[in-house]
Amino acid sequence: MSQSPNTSPQPEALTAPHVLEYPYTRSTGEVIGRFFAALKERRILGIRARDGRVLVPPQEYDPDTAEGLDEWVEVGQSGTVTSWTWIEHPRPKHPLQRPFAFALIRLDGADTAMLHVVDAGDPSCMSTGLRVRSNWRDDPQGDITDIISFAPEAS
Amino acid sequence: MAESYGVVSRRIRLDYTYTTGAASTRFLKGILQKKLLGQRCPECRKVYVPPRGSCPTCGVATRDEVEVKDTGTVTTFCIVNIPFPGMAVKPPFAAASVLLDGADIAIFHLLQEVPVEDVRMGLRVQAVWVPDAELEPTLESIRYFKPTGEPDAPYDTYKDHL
Repeated sequence: MSQSPNTSPQPEALTAPHVLEYPYTRSTGEVIGRFFAALKERRILGIRARDGRVLVPPQEYDPDTAEGLDEWVEVGQSGTVTSWTWIEHPRPKHPLQRPFAFALIRLDGADTAMLHVVDAGDPSCMSTGLRVRSNWRDDPQGDITDIISFAPEAS
Repeated sequence: MAESYGVVSRRIRLDYTYTTGAASTRFLKGILQKKLLGQRCPECRKVYVPPRGSCPTCGVATRDEVEVKDTGTVTTFCIVNIPFPGMAVKPPFAAASVLLDGADIAIFHLLQEVPVEDVRMGLRVQAVWVPDAELEPTLESIRYFKPTGEPDAPYDTYKDHL
């Protein structure tokens, strides 16, 4: 059978916005809640795992033994970048609206690295091993964004 | 130690811009003329509405356009009783699969102008369109389907489309 007379040429596409949203409100509980409460005081808390490692951010249960954890340890305001990704074109929901690095930062006294941002200005300023320190907002709310960013210690 | 640590809000939001493919574009533009356009598979001859440009069973492109009617048969349905935020229609209401005359696959739509207890497989229905001035390229240009008043379609006419 040859081409049907009903076959149509390529039409111009239609577009429509589609928003998929889950507006969650969550209770924080003892461990995350306490971590956030400390952020409001510009303090960063970790929790000690059964094997002695200090986990930052804190976890409710030991990652190896699954038992509940409750030994709190305050860690430093500075740390070391263990990994980073430069964001040259921040998206509207990104924490900073100028180019920055997402980074895993192992704070002084912690045995795990925490995800945050480094406001380094230029990717040439970033490196694994870079020493960075916290930069807090004036009115902490009790959330991870109370730390606006980390900055190279030398700056 | 039973302190209350409060709550945090975390909105997870994905902003998409959906772009129609060739088949969907034809279908949605057809709605502007109150036409329901499907496509027929060259191998199995089935007519798909809305069309997707390919046959899901044969895996070949479907190019032949077929207009189907805006009347059809209820093959299966669900009575919704539980309200949720943002619901457009007050429960209870029937959501149904409607096998349009000429199509081999049913579309999902709303049934109205029929008590939910009277909704049944085989019920003959017809589309109730929005006023012409309100036609948009969306299946919502059909407000709902309502009974035609015809005798129910025999089971044989839709048993292979369940």
